[in-house]
Amino acid sequence: MTAHKSLVIRVYFTLALAILPLFTFAQEHNEEQTSVEEASEEFNATEMIMHHIGDSHEWHFFGADESSVTLPLPVILYTDNGLVTFMSSEFHHDATGNTVVEKDGMRFVNLHEDIYRLNAGAEAVEFDAEHHPVNASKPWDLSITKNVAAMFLTVILMILFFSVGLARHHKKNEHAPKGFNNVLETLVLFVRDEIAIPQIGQKKYMKFMPFLLTVFFFIWITNLMGLLPGAANVTGNIAVTVSLGLFTMLIMIFNGNKDFYKHTFWMPGIPTWVKPILAIVEGLGLLIKPAALMIRLFANITAGHIIILSLIGLIFILENAGIAGVSVPFALFITVLELLVAFLQAFIFTILSALFIGMAVEEHEHH
Amino acid sequence: MDLITPEIGLFFWQTIVFLVLLFLMAKFAWKPILSSVKNREQSINDALASAENARKEMQNLQSDNEQLLKEARAERDAILREARELKEKVIADASDEAKVKADKIVADAKRSIELEKQSAMAELKNHVAELSVEIAEKIVRKELSGKNEQHQMIEKMIGDAKLN
Repeated sequence: MTAHKSLVIRVYFTLALAILPLFTFAQEHNEEQTSVEEASEEFNATEMIMHHIGDSHEWHFFGADESSVTLPLPVILYTDNGLVTFMSSEFHHDATGNTVVEKDGMRFVNLHEDIYRLNAGAEAVEFDAEHHPVNASKPWDLSITKNVAAMFLTVILMILFFSVGLARHHKKNEHAPKGFNNVLETLVLFVRDEIAIPQIGQKKYMKFMPFLLTVFFFIWITNLMGLLPGAANVTGNIAVTVSLGLFTMLIMIFNGNKDFYKHTFWMPGIPTWVKPILAIVEGLGLLIKPAALMIRLFANITAGHIIILSLIGLIFILENAGIAGVSVPFALFITVLELLVAFLQAFIFTILSALFIGMAVEEHEHH
Repeated sequence: MDLITPEIGLFFWQTIVFLVLLFLMAKFAWKPILSSVKNREQSINDALASAENARKEMQNLQSDNEQLLKEARAERDAILREARELKEKVIADASDEAKVKADKIVADAKRSIELEKQSAMAELKNHVAELSVEIAEKIVRKELSGKNEQHQMIEKMIGDAKLN
């Protein structure tokens, strides 16, 4: 039995050793290739990856330029002259600043998915040596971008699943639901019994359940949707995670009780001269805790997307379809891993939020 | 870097969307779901508790039953024992009485037989006496029918008397 086991381990090791050089080889080429091709018109992996994990003003599915299949989304800009709205299709899939859209006497260009307003009198965008526009400024961009649209989709799904599906069942009767509703209820109970109650405690958890449930399912569903081909990378966008982290922070700060603030800013039971030092550390902790949440979610989801895109990009970097035989199974493996990560990150975000809230509302026994 | 610079627009929408979602879900999904689940769990707990109570009651009833049965059995045994004793006593009494009665009957019978015997004897004696007198009379009459015989008789009697 042990001999068999060690044989299996040895086989795995051999396999890993065989694959390892392949990785380094690929990586070298990746760096080389991208640095060589940075300025050229040929395939640029960094640009491709950044384009895929970034936000955009239209929802692109497949195809290129005029023949591509895209969903145009509304562009909403707040300028000095008030709100300006138009559909992103007016840029004609151009994100290089060549197509100028004129609205309400103002001219706009889409420069790498940033909308710039040309200064009065300017006909086309001009660049300085570092490719920054010199004759344009950024208005407040409140467009319904691809990420916002994907967010709406998650909202619609959640309302369908929970309000229309599960809640309607529960309004009719109190029996355990069947089928998909049962799955949903199990997940709701998972959040309650494994996240909220252990971290916050029986007495106070009910108050925070709506937030925890919403954040858990929002992140999870959005993560899963992000794995679909052509989908948006919502939870891998720092603006989204900053917003979510801020919610946790505000809930933590506003629900913190007297004991919590006393322990944060004037820790009892330690020498007085240590107290101010600890107050600084603990005070920073109030910011760092949600910031860590925000970075963890953003980095994990984005990293997963980058790995998959890099593996697919290998085929084009090496200009060899044979690489697909290796990189596609790898990408598939990573995608399956990402399914797990999608749940795990939602779980971690929620349980840590619950933990921080639990710390803020905890009743300390007086020493 | 673009990647780690939060875009205001997306941040704005995320915040709005999340707040709206939070409100909608809290009101139309989480509240009814959680309260119904809580009610269900409550009713399950109640059902379990009442089942436990029923089980305990059942056990009590069973032990009561057993107690009753035991008592009944003991009572039955007592009754049977009493009955047996009574029976024996009755039998013993009856046989004693019967013996007394039988003895009395036998004694009565003996006494009456004795009486009958005595009266019969007395009658017999009377009879024998009468018969003897009659016989004697007849004999005397026959003996004394002639003069000779009368003389002889007298002589004989005198002779007997002399002998005496």
